[in-house]
Amino acid sequence: MRTKKVTFRHRWLPYLLVAPQIAITIVFFIWPASQALYQSVLRQDAFGLRTEFVGLQNFARLFADPLYIKSFFTTIAFSAMVAGLSMLVALILAVMADRVIRRATVYRTLLIWPYAVAPAVAGVLWWFLFNPTIGIAAYALDQLGYDWNHYSSGSDAMALIVIAAAWRQVSYNFLFFLAGLQAIPRSLTEAAAIDGAGPFKRFWSIQMPLLSPTVFFLIVVNVVYAFFETFGIVHATTSGGPGNATNILVYKVWRDAFEGLNLGSSAAQSVVLMVIVIALTAIQFRYIERRVEY
Amino acid sequence: MVERRPLLTFIQHAVLILGAAIFVFPIYLAFVASTHTAQEVNTGIPLLPGDEMWTNYAQVLGEGLSTVGAPPLGLMLFNSAVMALSITAGKIAISLLSSFAIVYFRFPFRVLAFWTIFITLMLPVEVRILPTYEVVASLGMLNSYAGLSIPLIASATATFLFRQFFMTVPDELTEAARIDGAGPMKFFRDILVPLSRTNLAALFVILFIYGWNQYLWPLLVTTDESYYTIVMGIQRMANAGEETPQWHLIMATAIMALLPPVVVILGMQRLFVRGLVEVEK
Repeated sequence: MRTKKVTFRHRWLPYLLVAPQIAITIVFFIWPASQALYQSVLRQDAFGLRTEFVGLQNFARLFADPLYIKSFFTTIAFSAMVAGLSMLVALILAVMADRVIRRATVYRTLLIWPYAVAPAVAGVLWWFLFNPTIGIAAYALDQLGYDWNHYSSGSDAMALIVIAAAWRQVSYNFLFFLAGLQAIPRSLTEAAAIDGAGPFKRFWSIQMPLLSPTVFFLIVVNVVYAFFETFGIVHATTSGGPGNATNILVYKVWRDAFEGLNLGSSAAQSVVLMVIVIALTAIQFRYIERRVEY
Repeated sequence: MVERRPLLTFIQHAVLILGAAIFVFPIYLAFVASTHTAQEVNTGIPLLPGDEMWTNYAQVLGEGLSTVGAPPLGLMLFNSAVMALSITAGKIAISLLSSFAIVYFRFPFRVLAFWTIFITLMLPVEVRILPTYEVVASLGMLNSYAGLSIPLIASATATFLFRQFFMTVPDELTEAARIDGAGPMKFFRDILVPLSRTNLAALFVILFIYGWNQYLWPLLVTTDESYYTIVMGIQRMANAGEETPQWHLIMATAIMALLPPVVVILGMQRLFVRGLVEVEK
């Protein structure tokens, strides 16, 4: 690991400086995470009187549980849709904004602020908009002949949380796409234009390939967001329903721990989630390293 | 722009305006709903603001929705502000100190300290909900401002940002300070911190929004209404159970909940964009 060539020398000062962060990290991160690992191999009886070591049984049960498998696929579908929808919309808007020279900042201002809206609040806003009895979007759909009801239809409820989650994330993706597009040297696009390439041709053969690192980075970030930060959207609106149609993994781990009081299973689910986060972070870091090599 | 294509220019403005309109619409409608009476909202929502704004906002700010056990908004806004600001200040303070130690000192266990901090990047609260809750409960920190903020202030992102920035500070500055007889803390206070001002401000914007928008954590550690934050409180109103939700008041609450972070983002837009892009690098 790199350090400065010129450093200070002191017997105890550096330890004092890192102490607060290390202490908080150990107490609130490393200790709980190791507890989760430990509890995931134990089982408690119904009264919490006896615990026994059960090895990987909690995990075996988890993956034999059709509800958990369903939740897994729900989460994968959910994050794919959130990442796809928010990145597509953001890319279209960023390409448009990149072409505008004047007033580009006005558009940026109009498009970035949903990022500041909490996922739970975003969920409530769209919940209201699509409310089957008084929501204006539900009314519009009704006029088009579609009977929207997120209280009874699982796919409607899923569509709702995808829209709410993507709405907020478009801002974020937009900023990165715009920054990526503006980093492409104008001389490249100008040279292509002189050679007779039209705007669409230029987009596909110049901008899109040069943007691919950004695309890859955003896929990882968006999947992490959809997996872990959307708890608020689900909890404040659908509560996992109807019929577990929106019961994503983070919601399920919370519900099994605090409502189902199933500690061993919840700990095993936490461990599975940790493995997923670590895998996604590792992918992201590999990508960052590769970018440094350029 | 490379060439002149009036039709394309028209299309791109149209797409951007349409996009911006779709983005603003949910908030606009929430605002409209918050300015009408319950009856007007429930019998087909109007598209223009009504004249009940002051009544509705005064009610949620002063009284709250006692029927569903939600405290007055004034209190929840205060709690959110305390939580967001303590998280922001705490994260910035501990990461400044630890990254200073990691970059400017060579000491045994330096690499171990670095990796211990680094690991926090990988484990968001969401994946270790129950054990973290148990730790906080056994420390007696449930229903307190300390419980709301301290477990969230360990942050690898802020430490990384400062570390990267410190690496770009020229060594000549350190040498000059040492020749002039300045100790490490004097160098830190009088040179490093002033140099980090822009990064501090950018980080402030990002972390304030992160802190304000916390949802799961306040939900776990608060059972006492007087510690509810606004972002989690809104959920209690929306899920009122048997009763018809009072949409005009819920929307007034939603507007109040999203206003502070939106104002921060728009007011410090340049710093926000810079901070976001730097943090993710």
